[in-house]
Amino acid sequence: MAAFDPVAALIGGALIGLAAVLMMLLTGRIAGISGIFGGLLTGPANDRAWRLAFIGGLIAAPLISAAFGRPLPLPDMPASWAVVIAAGLLVGFGTRLAGGCTSGHGICGMARLSPRSIAATMIFMAVAVLVVAVTRHVIGG
Amino acid sequence: MPIALAAFACGLVFGFGLMISGMTQPAKVLGFLDIFGRWDPTLAFVMVGALAVTFAGYTLARRRPAPVLAASHLWPTRTHIDRPLVAGSVLFGVGWGLVGLCPGPAIENLATLSPRVIGFVVAMAVAMVAHDLWYAPREARRRNEMVAPAIAADG
Repeated sequence: MAAFDPVAALIGGALIGLAAVLMMLLTGRIAGISGIFGGLLTGPANDRAWRLAFIGGLIAAPLISAAFGRPLPLPDMPASWAVVIAAGLLVGFGTRLAGGCTSGHGICGMARLSPRSIAATMIFMAVAVLVVAVTRHVIGG
Repeated sequence: MPIALAAFACGLVFGFGLMISGMTQPAKVLGFLDIFGRWDPTLAFVMVGALAVTFAGYTLARRRPAPVLAASHLWPTRTHIDRPLVAGSVLFGVGWGLVGLCPGPAIENLATLSPRVIGFVVAMAVAMVAHDLWYAPREARRRNEMVAPAIAADG
């Protein structure tokens, strides 16, 4: 795992913020990934093109980087297949039920100082910390 | 299709942001969530950078009468902290903590063709469809409310 690099983290974060701001200034939309992806799956057909384009851009970034010799490394996922599938189901259902994820609530919503988004972010962060504590230090420790 | 072009560019910038900050690596995300182990503060710095730019940019956007390519800004309108928000955030937190993937990095990592990432995203998509087409309409009928369109969500 790469060492902690605060400058890269801040620059990367600023780029994520820039994408969220451009999305609002240009298209009037919130850059929430679960909302964009969910709407692509179940929303009206005439509202799909921009969603597909955003998702395409998200996947194109590592492909362009790879073309310049900096491919995205394979993600380190030591969890079993059963855990991976269960986690995917939980993330999918949970983010749609909550109306947002790390981007929609954690960044766009928190930047709007939305009480809903602040509450959502505090809850999913706290729960995730608890889950990691249990899986790494109680069960896996 | 200027809106789609703009959305593609935004997705691209978002994707580079996730890559540069290391947030495409589940191990870095789990390192941040592991406050009782060797804590990795990266995600906090990413949030600070993202929130500072978004806060400033949204302030600017709010002063403009309309976005460049659309009729109006679709700011989320809901403010009430309700049961679905809390329950959904709990479920999401469990899934996120189990493998360290949230929707953005999961979808971006499809580019690596990692079988586990593909499995995760397929499961995520299935659960989203199950929520939108089965659970949400059923709950809405139960409460005798109007079915809120997906775009009315926060993000």
